[in-house]
Amino acid sequence: MKREFALLGFMGSGGALSKIHELIREMQVSRVMTANVFTLSPDATMKELEDLLREHHISGVPVIENQELVGIVSIEDLIHALENQQLDTPIHEYMTSKGLITAHAQEPVMEALRRFEHTGIGRMPVLDARGKLVGIITRGDITIALLGALQELYTEAEAMQQRPQHFFDALESENTSLLLRYRIEKGNFARGGDASAKIKRALLRIGASPQLARRVAIATYEAEINLIIHANDGGLILADIQPTEITIVAQDSGPGIADVDLARQPGYSTATPEVREMGFGAGMGLTNIERCTDRMSLWSAVGVGSRLQMTFKVSPEETGETSDDD
Amino acid sequence: MKLDEVLEATEAEMLVKPPYNIDLESACASDLMSDVLLFTKPSMLLVTGLTNPQAIRTADMAESPAVLFVRGKYPPPETLELAEEMGVAVMLSPYTMFEAAGLLYVAGLRGIGKLPIMRQQR
Repeated sequence: MKREFALLGFMGSGGALSKIHELIREMQVSRVMTANVFTLSPDATMKELEDLLREHHISGVPVIENQELVGIVSIEDLIHALENQQLDTPIHEYMTSKGLITAHAQEPVMEALRRFEHTGIGRMPVLDARGKLVGIITRGDITIALLGALQELYTEAEAMQQRPQHFFDALESENTSLLLRYRIEKGNFARGGDASAKIKRALLRIGASPQLARRVAIATYEAEINLIIHANDGGLILADIQPTEITIVAQDSGPGIADVDLARQPGYSTATPEVREMGFGAGMGLTNIERCTDRMSLWSAVGVGSRLQMTFKVSPEETGETSDDD
Repeated sequence: MKLDEVLEATEAEMLVKPPYNIDLESACASDLMSDVLLFTKPSMLLVTGLTNPQAIRTADMAESPAVLFVRGKYPPPETLELAEEMGVAVMLSPYTMFEAAGLLYVAGLRGIGKLPIMRQQR
């Protein structure tokens, strides 16, 4: 797939179009409007309006009296005043005050857009739930917000393109293998899951499917928690990542498991009440690991240590050998 | 189900906003993280009373995009920080786990259905 088609491809996968739709429907007026709005009093002159518009390059201003919105005055009104040579006239003679069309800060941009379409007006004062003026919105504000969002989508689509399409696509050799090592501290629950999360990110980064990364992460997480709970001086997690197979080894140097078969029974646990309070020690760890792995072996000797080896096969679709869609 | 609907159904407040729009397909309620890891599917809401960072870790591993803490137990800052970092949405409901789950079920959210009965061998 060519780079220029990144966004199109992204849209094709049901992403961008629905995202734009969501954006217009869910983005609130308050996120798009100009919040620091200039205002004038109804007694100000049209000349003052002219100065304000020119100085700040704006096209209209809400008119406020006693902190209440009483009207809106725009560049069109100024043109009328100029035609009549009435620049010294107070604003209230030219402003729109009846049937004033406003937007609400919390309403979706879509609603504001509809009102612009139906009425043909150029700008709307924005009111909060109590009817207080909090900003002003123009069609231009909406366009800019949408273009900004489109830009974000495009960047996201480009980033997707740069990610490898298949597992290990980015690395080529006769016999590729990636070895990651993590030291696990006993009792350090705060960092529990750190190693598993890192392995998961690494797998995704080199192009593993989310399903594979998830399987590996869940099994490794259970093994990591086991080391934190049980191992005398913590342990070691080794991840050997190859294009067709991933092997994770979790090992420690004691205390060792007295009855491995019993430990593998669902619901069997020797965890302390403190550990259970943290949500672990339900005796489902090894059951969980077995479910996620293609092969699992557990070796242990009391006084020596334990070694849990988990193997995950990379399915052929993920290696990219059988499919060639681009 | 959108997170707004979860907030409304369980009278919850949003503590950590998600980085993107989430559409939940199902939910799982448990205080046992291994259960959660065993049962969760992607796009699943995790309902739990366990407020330590491991709840967020577990959600991240299982690709659950949002966690609903129950019984009004406000999570410690390290939990919220990890959620922010991992991009996991966090909500807090004043209801107990039973009631929060019931309210979500009534609102249309479903679980994973029946599981086979596992007997312990002694």
